[in-house]
Amino acid sequence: MVSYLDFEKPIAELENKVRELRQTSAADSGDITEEVERLEAKAEALLRQTYAKLTPWQKMQVARHQDRPHFEDYVARLTDGFQPLAGDRRFGEDPAILGGICRFRGRSIMLIGHEKGRGTDGRLRHNFGMAKPEGYRKAIRLMEMADRFRLPVVTLVDTSGAYPGIGAEERGQAEAIASSIEACLRIGVPMIAAVVGEGGSGGAVALAAANRIIMLEHSVYSVISPEGCAAILWNDREKAKDAAEALRITAADLLKLKVVDEVVPEPSGGAHRDPDATIDAVGDAVERHLRLIAAAEPVALREGRRRKFLDMGRVL
Amino acid sequence: MSWLTETVLPKIRSFARKSDTPDNLWVKCPNCGQMVFNKEMAENAHVCPKCDHHLRIGPAARFEILFDGDYTRLEVPEVAADPLKFKDSKRYTDRIKEARAKTGERDAVQVAEGRIGGNRAVVAVQNFAFMGGSMGMATGEALVVASDRAVAEHLPLIVVAAAGGARMQEGILSLMQMPRSIVAVERVRDKGLPYICVLTDPTTGGVTASYAMLGDIQIAEPGALIGFAGQRVIEQTIRETLPPGFQRAEFLLQHGMIDMVVHRKKLKETLARLIDQIINREGTLHPGPEVEIPPPGEIPHGAALP
Repeated sequence: MVSYLDFEKPIAELENKVRELRQTSAADSGDITEEVERLEAKAEALLRQTYAKLTPWQKMQVARHQDRPHFEDYVARLTDGFQPLAGDRRFGEDPAILGGICRFRGRSIMLIGHEKGRGTDGRLRHNFGMAKPEGYRKAIRLMEMADRFRLPVVTLVDTSGAYPGIGAEERGQAEAIASSIEACLRIGVPMIAAVVGEGGSGGAVALAAANRIIMLEHSVYSVISPEGCAAILWNDREKAKDAAEALRITAADLLKLKVVDEVVPEPSGGAHRDPDATIDAVGDAVERHLRLIAAAEPVALREGRRRKFLDMGRVL
Repeated sequence: MSWLTETVLPKIRSFARKSDTPDNLWVKCPNCGQMVFNKEMAENAHVCPKCDHHLRIGPAARFEILFDGDYTRLEVPEVAADPLKFKDSKRYTDRIKEARAKTGERDAVQVAEGRIGGNRAVVAVQNFAFMGGSMGMATGEALVVASDRAVAEHLPLIVVAAAGGARMQEGILSLMQMPRSIVAVERVRDKGLPYICVLTDPTTGGVTASYAMLGDIQIAEPGALIGFAGQRVIEQTIRETLPPGFQRAEFLLQHGMIDMVVHRKKLKETLARLIDQIINREGTLHPGPEVEIPPPGEIPHGAALP
């Protein structure tokens, strides 16, 4: 059962009609195949049209869609023998960020990413993908381990942002994020980041200061949530749509601003309508980029990464 | 032209101007409300003589406080103006113009080189009065200039931070200043040069989550608000009131996040001491040719070296 977004109402109506007709045709003897096919084609066309010109605010909804593939879905489909590694060795284990060693298309890698969780229990367990300092410190630990064992690092970014809480501040949320970015920039192994859902501010960059950054077509990456920006600059959270436009948060915008290296197209109707195809496409893109830099020397990888961020925004 | 128009009138005029605009003469402490002579406040390092509140100050005042005397401002290259063509209730370009008129500076971070207690140092100061000190491309550029200079001249880098966070009007490009600024300060640290951060009121958001928390030595001014998430955001998320002193400098010290809280009037001597000890490290500790150090294992426990 697809859960529809607000702007998908016309599509929902068509698709529901198709379902109804199918049910009645099973009971009824009258031949309505033609009618069903016509409606299906219409729904499909409408879906394609709608998704071809999503507004930034609509993309935001798609990026946050509850059925969008998550870290654990990528692990299941793209990797073999994923061995999760837990804990920051300092305070605790934060399931908002997962990571472990696995085999990806024949090569051992360190895979790290946000996990928002699914269902009420899952979301609570993973704290909606909002990491605390221990989550970032675990990521640092895993990146450093990957550096020692010469394992490429692949990250999957999907978070609304770092968790704002008393304990998180006490334990140095800011320092943890800063150090995680610093770890990304320091390691001498290839690093690829894929923004697969929400790239929410510092909590996202903490895992994304990579040699190559790819982004799913309808994912977003922003300095602040449109709601937060609207509250601050417009003094009105209802202006989130305007903020989403102004902030330029879409993959296409980021490609133009040279912040990301490639946009990976999503299936018609968004990643959640065909998770397998989406995950495979991300896997192919990651493999392609990894192959390009797999043989590079540690110094070249580190310097290349630093140069990439130094140059960002200098030539637009 | 007479004595009257040439000498007396301008004096009267200037007197009248001053009393018309008491802002220039008096400053009100935002903490205790005490009216203090501007000159007295400046002589007191912009710390309220009554309640010891540390007022927010810009680069000019900070450079005056920290450097021995003369200092040289380093020029920061222009960055792309308004890359997103951003407009909320106001245009970003207009906000920049206003901030420039208000502060007399090109952007939030200013860089200078001079001597602190005799030792040369590069100092970058973030100005909260310039669009909340917000971190945009110009911030990254200023830190790159500062770190380039520190590396080229083999000097310590001191960053005096003050910002609400990232400059939203530059969207993703402001977010990218987090890794960018870290690249800048890491180059200094890679050369074995000290990078010292002074956190002032307020330092929050993406600024704390990047260069401002990565100093070899972390100093904060008393009472400064320092944190990642905004207090309102935290309260709305956890639906609890925040404990007193939360996210203040002393709170961070207690939680092991900074090395020290230093009064502004002691800041210069603290920095001078640290820089001197880190940079001029050779001293006379080198064993002279006449001193023979016994191999390890032959030193009895508790025995002093010759």
